[in-house]
Amino acid sequence: MSAGGRLENENPVVFQRSGERLLTASEEDEEVHDPIDDREIFDLIRSINDPEHPLSLEELNVVEQVRVKVNDVESTVSVEFTPTIPHCSMATLIGLSIKVKLLRCLPDRFKIDVHITPGTHASEEAVNKQLADKERVAAALENSSLLEVVNQCLSTRSI
Amino acid sequence: MKETLALVQRFSAHPDSRCWFVSWNPTGTLLASCGGDKAIRIWGREGESWTCKSVLQDVHQRTVRKTAWSPCGNYLASASFDATTCIWKKNNNDFESLTVLEGHENEVKCVAWSPSGNLLTTCSRDKSVWVWEVDEEDEYECVTVINSHTQDVKHVAWHPTQELLVSCSYDNNICIYKEDDDDWECRATLQGHTSTVWSLSFDASGQRLASCSDDRTVKIWKEYPNDCTQGDVCWKCVCTLSGYHGRTVYDVAWCWLTGALATACGDDAVRVFREEETADPDQPVFFLAAHVSKAHNQDVNCVAWNPKEVGLLASCSDDGDIAIWRFQEEI
Repeated sequence: MSAGGRLENENPVVFQRSGERLLTASEEDEEVHDPIDDREIFDLIRSINDPEHPLSLEELNVVEQVRVKVNDVESTVSVEFTPTIPHCSMATLIGLSIKVKLLRCLPDRFKIDVHITPGTHASEEAVNKQLADKERVAAALENSSLLEVVNQCLSTRSI
Repeated sequence: MKETLALVQRFSAHPDSRCWFVSWNPTGTLLASCGGDKAIRIWGREGESWTCKSVLQDVHQRTVRKTAWSPCGNYLASASFDATTCIWKKNNNDFESLTVLEGHENEVKCVAWSPSGNLLTTCSRDKSVWVWEVDEEDEYECVTVINSHTQDVKHVAWHPTQELLVSCSYDNNICIYKEDDDDWECRATLQGHTSTVWSLSFDASGQRLASCSDDRTVKIWKEYPNDCTQGDVCWKCVCTLSGYHGRTVYDVAWCWLTGALATACGDDAVRVFREEETADPDQPVFFLAAHVSKAHNQDVNCVAWNPKEVGLLASCSDDGDIAIWRFQEEI
């Protein structure tokens, strides 16, 4: 999708990556029930590749831990992401990649909501509606070329 | 009098994929299911349990989103994301693919037969609604393409007795169509939902219509033929059920035997509403009569009342399962 043409946002601001998560004693204790927390969800999505830059969503500040909300008891996850520019045409693709990553990694019981951070995109409402429509998401993921692009965003980058 | 939904049976219908839709044949003896595995399965009762009688596959290349039985029960139509609709003919206990209807630009979302069985309607992501005419030789011809919606059309339904067609869409609206000189046109647009309208269901009389939406409400619309100037189609929203559903309401089904209204919700629950019999018909009141909060492990996509057996309800889910319920007074 990024092939050919100019980059929309040529010089993005690059942010520092978070350090490795420190495991607490209770997390290492197999006997203790360990609910899924915000940081674990953040760890799943922070390394997703941006579709047009060789940078992660965390490095572009598209995803931040404070915009991840998980409620393990109610099995809900809500993620807000911030496109780098208000007219970013990749917003739906980025949201879809986040959604697919979480759908693949989390237990089926979770309801996953992915939204644009309010006020940060010109087509916020349209993109949010598209991402919330599971029928259209299912149809999109049956499109092999689109699925390939999503898988590229989700692949582990070789540095 | 307290009523409950009691589980009769639960079975895996489309393993490792979604079950998108279930529909009963007109005699209520067979249930067709379809899903993300591109297959259609026909379920029938053997003794006390439901078993798979046939698997219809290798025709659709992508997800089968919905199916519909012809009023005579001899044909099944299936709408697929592969942009086609297949007509299957029932032959004893087997089904053969009779014809494949092409024309939509992308995913076909729903299919429905008119009460006479002479017309078939399909709708699609391409924003259009198509009306097909069926002749005695089982030939299908598209007679109208209607472009009244501005977005993805999610569902189409026919009036129980008249040639009146309704559709609903991602554009938040409901359209009502009538034939005029061989041409089908939108005669009324029902506005009120604030997000995608996922499904529609007429009551037995056809004078009322229930709609359900991503805005987490169900609306009841009523026909007001006397308020119309000649030739008009007048429908008004007479009731909104809000505050009951935790997430998107994906389907609504009005039972033509009992008048009960069932809903399928993205919060995994199945709910049944009943109407207050003493309320003003212009301001009907519905109350929650039964609620199974964990009816399925994932989103409930469809609810369907058996057309012959009072209180028998089928539901299906993203977890690939079908559940059969009995809505009855608590024993």
